[in-house]
Amino acid sequence: MTVESGGATTAALQDHASQAPGTPGTPGEAGGLVQLLTPEGERTDHPGYPLDLPAADIRGLYRDMLLVRRIDTEAISLQRQGELGIWASLLGQEAAQIGSARALAAHDMVFPTYREHGVAWCRGIDPAKLLELYRGVSHGGWAPEEHKFGLYTIVIGSQTLHATGYAMGIQRDGAVGGDGAEAAIVYFGDGATSQGDVNESFVWASVFNAPVVFFCQNNQWAISEPLERQSRIPLYQRARGFGFPGLRVDGNDVLACYAVTKKAMQAAREGQGPTFIEAFTYRMGAHTTTDDPTRYRLASELEMWKLKDPIERVRAYLVRTGQAGPEFFAEVDAEADQLGSRVREACRTMSDPPPLAIFDNVYTEPDAIVAAEREQFAAYLDSFVDGEGEGR
Amino acid sequence: MTTLTLSRALNEGLRKALENDPKVLIMGEDVGKLGGVFRVTDGLMKDFGENRVIDTPLAESGIVGTAIGLALRGYRPVCEIQFDGFVYPAVDQIVSQLAKMRYRSLGNVALPVVIRIPCGGGIGAVEHHSESPEVLFTHTAGLRVVACADAADAFTMIQQSVSCDDPVIFFEPKRRYWDKGEVDTAAGVADALPLDRARVALEGADVTLLCYGPLVRTCLESAIAAREDGRSVEVVDLRSLSPLDTEVITASVRKTGRCVVAHEAPVYAGLGAEIAARVTEQCFYCLEAPVLRVGGFHTPYPPSRLEEHYLPDLDRILDAVDRTFGY
Repeated sequence: MTVESGGATTAALQDHASQAPGTPGTPGEAGGLVQLLTPEGERTDHPGYPLDLPAADIRGLYRDMLLVRRIDTEAISLQRQGELGIWASLLGQEAAQIGSARALAAHDMVFPTYREHGVAWCRGIDPAKLLELYRGVSHGGWAPEEHKFGLYTIVIGSQTLHATGYAMGIQRDGAVGGDGAEAAIVYFGDGATSQGDVNESFVWASVFNAPVVFFCQNNQWAISEPLERQSRIPLYQRARGFGFPGLRVDGNDVLACYAVTKKAMQAAREGQGPTFIEAFTYRMGAHTTTDDPTRYRLASELEMWKLKDPIERVRAYLVRTGQAGPEFFAEVDAEADQLGSRVREACRTMSDPPPLAIFDNVYTEPDAIVAAEREQFAAYLDSFVDGEGEGR
Repeated sequence: MTTLTLSRALNEGLRKALENDPKVLIMGEDVGKLGGVFRVTDGLMKDFGENRVIDTPLAESGIVGTAIGLALRGYRPVCEIQFDGFVYPAVDQIVSQLAKMRYRSLGNVALPVVIRIPCGGGIGAVEHHSESPEVLFTHTAGLRVVACADAADAFTMIQQSVSCDDPVIFFEPKRRYWDKGEVDTAAGVADALPLDRARVALEGADVTLLCYGPLVRTCLESAIAAREDGRSVEVVDLRSLSPLDTEVITASVRKTGRCVVAHEAPVYAGLGAEIAARVTEQCFYCLEAPVLRVGGFHTPYPPSRLEEHYLPDLDRILDAVDRTFGY
């Protein structure tokens, strides 16, 4: 015996079908793309984001971007030379990362993906720690609270919930509004916006009005999948459906990324809740060193984005306005050379952890199972009388 | 001593934890105003406020993910997953994030998060409300997995779990929520049996019956019934499923020479398999018979009209006990 089911109402389906599809890549609400520095290095104004940075600060942003690009270049070479297992390049995303990270207060908390080398740089993480992860020496291992910078998160989007929970903790500590107010910022990519966790974090942040900023680097590609496979509408418009503001910023414009992040973080600290920032940028390199982008995208696309290089436009601006001369650029280049050689040296002199480190830090104290396995494995290593078991 | 249901004992234990540490939070679906679908958190929102007892949106991954964030901020969240079969959306956050954060951070991060999961069958529920997914978590290093079986343990073990600096998956036997027991609510947990220890629930001489959670009562009843056949059954309540207290287990098996493991979860690749392997390895010369297992079948949990056949009951447990005397 069967019982009749309710069935679907076709009216609702037709209603959906009648809606015009959105057009990815077209800024709509919130006044379109926020840009303060054109690809040609022309300074423009935006009524919502007045910015008057001293020359020294702009030179500082240039320096940061150039240095993290150097770290990135060195890391790719080290991978090619067999010193790293893999590397996820940030090439092209320097402005999004440096601009947003330099807009943070020291006590704001950051939750990164695995590509946030520029943000890590701004939070004082030793680049060697990043290499450790990609060399396979550790899983990262820095102290998040010490740097206010969470561990690199490889599972896509998981950290958005951590940031939101952390922000709920800020609320419970009474650290919203007033002096010393805090906020959290979480980085993720265009691909991550399809993840359940990211959407759940939007719900949580919205209904609890949590002091968290969602900083999405839309670099157009999730490995081989273009943005069109993730969304039919511009990503920043998603925020509206969750009940908080979203905006799109030129992700290759370090000044604009700085300005929008500064404002969004301030709003979060003051108790105005979350903001979604879509930094419209481009992954100029491969997804990682194992990837081959020529299989899925046109060279002409990359050529077009090269004209929008985040570093070149700042250099052009500094030169044009006389805020920096050849001496400054030579200094930064020399500093980059030194940094590059330190990165190489750090990588090549990095020692592997001893075998028994496998068993460390699984629990607060080794539990009975881990302790027994550690003991057995140590005895096994010691059983090699020729000395191969030494150094455990 | 006070007579409390297991559900009420958990409630009292959570109340103590909330009183003792302002960083303790309760979060989950319907845990606030409603007091939880099993009333485990009844009255806690009223007494501790909405900041500490949080009715969350309906998304299990979100519950665990935000709990991790709160723990990173210094809080001690106690999450409720409403039913066993609803934990799967949260498994990624539990396995990939919660369990591994200490390891990934080289010990720089502790995540003192408790995840309470009402588990097991026997209540005539619809599907996804009667499962026993404990081995998903015992198989994951970095998690502590425990199961309480009676009111007294419920009261102390939930408090011990909250004060533990490692993440704890806390299984509650839902068909035993209304079983009553004597609880000393004035006693502190400092002198209580540690969270990672097993307990001999009933002493015996001829065969060891290992169990946890909802089957502890069934096994105790089986042991009493076995006396009619002149068999003295020792019942061990494992309490901690990860780590296993092999000391208590092997001491008992060395004494009796026979061992049966009973759980509601499917036998195949279940916790009983791990126990059988360890007992065989460590008690090989004391064993009079192979270690036998009784449990659910390698099938999805059946419709509730069939669950009495699926769940190990007194007769199936005694059948296994009998078989250990046939070798």
